[in-house]
Amino acid sequence: MASDKVKNFTDQDFGESVKTGLVLVDFWAEWCAPCRRLAPTVDQLAEEYKGRLTVAKMNVDENPMTPPNFMIRGIPTLLLFKDGELKESVVGLADKADLARVIDKHL
Amino acid sequence: MHNERNVIVIGSGPAGLTAALYAARANLAPLVVEGFEAGGQLMLTTMVENWPGFRDGIMGPDLMAEMRAQSLRFGAEIIEGDVTSVDLSKRPFTLHVSGKTFTTRALILATGASAKWLELGVDRKLSGRGVSTCATCDGFFFKGRTVAVIGGGDTAIEEAIYLSKLATTVTVIHRRDALRASKVMQDKAMATPNISFVWNTEVTDIKDLQKGEVTSLVLRNNQTGATSELAVDGVFIAIGHTPNTALFQGQLELEDNGYIKTFQGSRTSVPGVFAAGDVQDHIYRQAVTAAGSGCMAAIDADRYLAGTGH
Repeated sequence: MASDKVKNFTDQDFGESVKTGLVLVDFWAEWCAPCRRLAPTVDQLAEEYKGRLTVAKMNVDENPMTPPNFMIRGIPTLLLFKDGELKESVVGLADKADLARVIDKHL
Repeated sequence: MHNERNVIVIGSGPAGLTAALYAARANLAPLVVEGFEAGGQLMLTTMVENWPGFRDGIMGPDLMAEMRAQSLRFGAEIIEGDVTSVDLSKRPFTLHVSGKTFTTRALILATGASAKWLELGVDRKLSGRGVSTCATCDGFFFKGRTVAVIGGGDTAIEEAIYLSKLATTVTVIHRRDALRASKVMQDKAMATPNISFVWNTEVTDIKDLQKGEVTSLVLRNNQTGATSELAVDGVFIAIGHTPNTALFQGQLELEDNGYIKTFQGSRTSVPGVFAAGDVQDHIYRQAVTAAGSGCMAAIDADRYLAGTGH
């Protein structure tokens, strides 16, 4: 179901992966209904911003180290990094137009 | 997909999908606009034990997946997205859904209700930072931590029981001196050793906005006026719901509390527009009553269309 444009980040590669460029990370889990709801939107963003934005997912069940570093206490949470620096965080369901506005600010 | 419809259903909880099922079986080829919170409130629950026919209960999301599949099987069409505007002033009614325009001769409103916030301001700002309205979504992050649940209804107690398996302690804060939740849920909660109750108490502030995380709640006893502070890592708000009627404001009659007024079954003040489920029910608010009213709306819509020469 997930677009092949969307990468999967892990605790091991997270730091390295967000280091360069604009990177959007979707923190999610299998059991989270709103996360499943948001997934197609994240896929669409990956398609539409291809080449300008890296889009990735991080499963919070499999990667317990990274979420606490960003004080994530609810999912879905989307974090936007630019050259390793956290720029934006969007908690909960959001529609594509709103997310696009957030991303466009940093392009 | 054609854009001129007999029946459009807005919403895809038990009310919307049951309306779609009945309308589909009446050969009305209904279109369902799922909405942002597709599947409705049951998508955020775990085991539903009061849906008749499942003696061992059924998971909320599974129940909704079944309802969706059942309505599709009989010819309902379902589209994603939110309705951005409706025009009920002329017939056929017009709807805009994510840039597309649809018209329909009959309209069933089943947009449901969404969780209420405390309206302290700080609760929304700390959303996803320790404040949540969904234990099954966010409980995971409070393993081995302390949490509070605000409210005293079925939702609050269900959340408390769910959280008691993850958090070390769960404090239920309720503004009255007794729970509104069903007896079965109350007994379950009372028998859970790490759930405790604080009665006659309201939350007046959540700390710590500066730190960007929840560290404590400021409480006020509404009998004595005494204030206190409770240290917690997370707080789950379950103080009820508000109907999703913003789209229809000024276009049909609403109750003072914002719910859609219905007459003789599911009819609204605009002929051809019907309402079902939590958007018009602030009394029962059960999955099974929502489904029942969805069925009524589809039958009422069918009769309306027959009378107008369907």
